[in-house]
Order: sequence, then structure tokens, then C-alpha cells
Amino acid sequence: MIALIDYGAGNMASVANVLDELNYEYIITNHESDISKAAKIIFPGVGEASSAIKNLHLTNLFTMLRVTKKPMLGICLGMQLLCDKSKEGNTTCLGIFPATTEKFDETKIKVPNMGWNQIKYVRQSKLFSEIPDEEYFYFANSYYVPVNENTTSICNYGIDFCSSMEKNNFYGVQFHPEKSGKMGIQLIKNFVEKC
Amino acid sequence: MISKRIIPCLDVQNGMVVKGINFVELRHAGSAVELAERYYNEGADELVFLDITASIEKRKTLVELVKQVAKVIRIPFTVGGGISELKDIEALLGAGADKVSLNTSIVKNPSLISEAAKRFGSQAVVAAIDVKNVGSQKKVFVKGGKEETELDGLAWCKKVNELGAGEILLTSMDHDGTKNGYDLPFLKQVVENITIPLIASGGAGTKEHFLDVFNVGVDAALAASLFHYEELTIKELKQYLQSNGIRVRL
Repeated sequence: MIALIDYGAGNMASVANVLDELNYEYIITNHESDISKAAKIIFPGVGEASSAIKNLHLTNLFTMLRVTKKPMLGICLGMQLLCDKSKEGNTTCLGIFPATTEKFDETKIKVPNMGWNQIKYVRQSKLFSEIPDEEYFYFANSYYVPVNENTTSICNYGIDFCSSMEKNNFYGVQFHPEKSGKMGIQLIKNFVEKC
Repeated sequence: MISKRIIPCLDVQNGMVVKGINFVELRHAGSAVELAERYYNEGADELVFLDITASIEKRKTLVELVKQVAKVIRIPFTVGGGISELKDIEALLGAGADKVSLNTSIVKNPSLISEAAKRFGSQAVVAAIDVKNVGSQKKVFVKGGKEETELDGLAWCKKVNELGAGEILLTSMDHDGTKNGYDLPFLKQVVENITIPLIASGGAGTKEHFLDVFNVGVDAALAASLFHYEELTIKELKQYLQSNGIRVRL
């Protein structure tokens, strides 16, 4: 069973539809008791960082998610919230990855970064099993995580940024696998079956 | 590098796709869910659904259709038509839409853009703008192109950018349905004056029209009847664009 975390900032329906297609059991929840029974956690997210963190505190999930040993996949804002800090609303995040989320420079490039972009692998990852290098994924973000020691792939939008990262049981992808066609479905399958 | 997007647009009336010429004379083109699935399989980058009757009849939107579409496609999609409140936006995004397009409602109440962007993120807010030549001016029209406003097209594009829209979907009513090409001079002017992505709409009739519009700097190009009636396939179009130096997802 997968816990799909609903903290008021995610596009639950789209991720849930992919899990349905793959015939995985899941529960959409913001209760610690449900999450503790799940084998894996998917942490989706769209919206604004500081209010998302506030919701994690209100639902008492902040500490639990920091210390969990279960495989956890953060998507888009979900990945950004796994970092130390976000400049969006200047907020302290979960602190798994030693990085600070930054905003794309509007004077140099159109913001948000909206559309399909190629990612380039810098480290091998089970998350990308059977997915060729330089494949296109769908991005929709105004903030980004700089390339760091945990980065597994990079993407370029005016500058190189981190399109995926992992550390121990924590995985993050900046793009939306649930909206990235067949390769995105493969990535979610990899997370559930291989990570 | 980011690729240029090809976006089929489905004008929907009671779950069926229709397409007008110069915003009137509707023709039927099949079921919205089936057509969406076909475009997903053919390599569309994104889809737009516009409930064309909604802003006239004040009919509440498309939640059911959004749920059905979200079950069958795995690419982003936008819905629009008569959306005027945050709770409508919440329902549509909750049902699986990625973005909403707002048109008449933001002309009446511009702060809806900033409120929606704050609550759902600017990436979920598309400002849809319909412009038409009136004398020597580009004027903004609302209510499905039926009502002229006082707004100047370029000024309104800059304003929605400032208020926090994530993208602009700009339709030239003079070009829409004609298949004579996009309104290149005006699109170029808008691209140079905004900091958010621009989707061009109205006038696509040939592959060359897409090449022309990407060469003026737009980020995405939208078309309807050309794709609905299979006059041009998405794959054929993308291969042509790639061979002419435009980066596309193939």
C-alpha cells in the first residue's frame, strides 16, 4: 500500500489515476496512522512552499516525514519541500537535502518554466530504469533546486538545475511524472517496484 | 532546452467537440474524451478544453468531463469557460485539470488572477485573451467574442502578467477559423512585452504557419479544426518543425 499524502497542495487526482492504471493499492491521506501502515510514500505538490509547510505542521506530518525510513517520492513542490529551505515565502523545509530552493531569474528567462524539457543523467538511479537518457518530462515551476551532491539528473532552463535527486530512502523529481506520458508512468512504476 | 508545445484545442458543448468559424457556425467533431485520448496517443504536448457555451449561459463547468479526461490522458490539460470563482477552480484542479483558463471573469474582476495564483500557484492560471481589430486598434472581447470591452490587447496582456498569470493564451478573432496563419505582428509585439509563456491561437492552416509563429518567439501554438478533421497530424507537424530547426518533443 502506498500513502499519497494530501496536505492541501497536491494534484491528487492525477497521481491517483496513474496508480489506478498500474493497479497499485493506495490511500489518499493526511493521517500519521495511515502513513505508518503504508510501504511507500508519494508526496505530490503544486502551489506555494510556505503555506504547504504550514499545512504539514497543522496535520502533524512535518516531523514524521523528516524521520521516515520508508521510500518516499517528492514530486515538484514535494521535492522542493525536502530541501533545507525555500526562498518561496522564506520557509524552513524538511531538511533532508542540503539545498535551498531558488527562483528562476525573470529578467533572463520566462517564468514559470512551463513545458517539456529533456533531463540528463549524472548518476545511475533505480528510478530511471528502462527510461533512456535525455528523455522529455513535463515541468511547471517558478522555483528550482540548484544542482547538488544528491542530484541524479540535471535539466537546463536558462541555467542548469536539479531535475531529480536522491538520498537514502528519499527521492525527488522536479517534473511531473504523472503528466509526462509513458515515461512518467514508467518512473512511478520504478518507484513502486524498485526503490 | 525546453521544447515548443503543440496544443490541440477542444471546444466543448455537452461533452461533444465543436468548432466554429470566426467564433460562430458550429460544426460537430466527436466526443471530447475520445478525441483527447487520440491526441494523447498522437503526441500532443498538452490539451485545452473550452466550454464554449459556459460564459454565455453561465453554466457551471466541466468537473465530470475533467474527471473522465484525467483518467485517459497522461499529459497536462487546461479547462476554461465560465469560470469565475476560486471554488470552481479548486473543483476543476481537484478533478485532475492542471490549469484553468480565465477570460471574461478576469476582465470583470482582475484580482481573481492574483487570488488564484496565490492559492493554486501561477502555473495553474492561464489568462485567455480574445482580441479583434477595431479600427486601427486591437481590442479585447469577452463572452466568447460577443462583447467588446474598453481594453487594449497589448495593455491587457501586460496587466495579466503583472497580476500573476502563469501563461497567456492569445486568440486573434480575425484569424480564428480562417486557416490563413496566426497574427504574427501582434504576437511578436506581445512576446516582447511579457515575461511569461505565450500560447498563440487563431489561424493555423498549414505546417508553415506553425514554423512562422514559433519563429516570432511564442512558446506554444494552439489549433483545433486542423487536427480534428485530420488535415494535419501532430506527428507530421512535429517532424516538419524539427527538420526546420524548432525543438519539439518527438
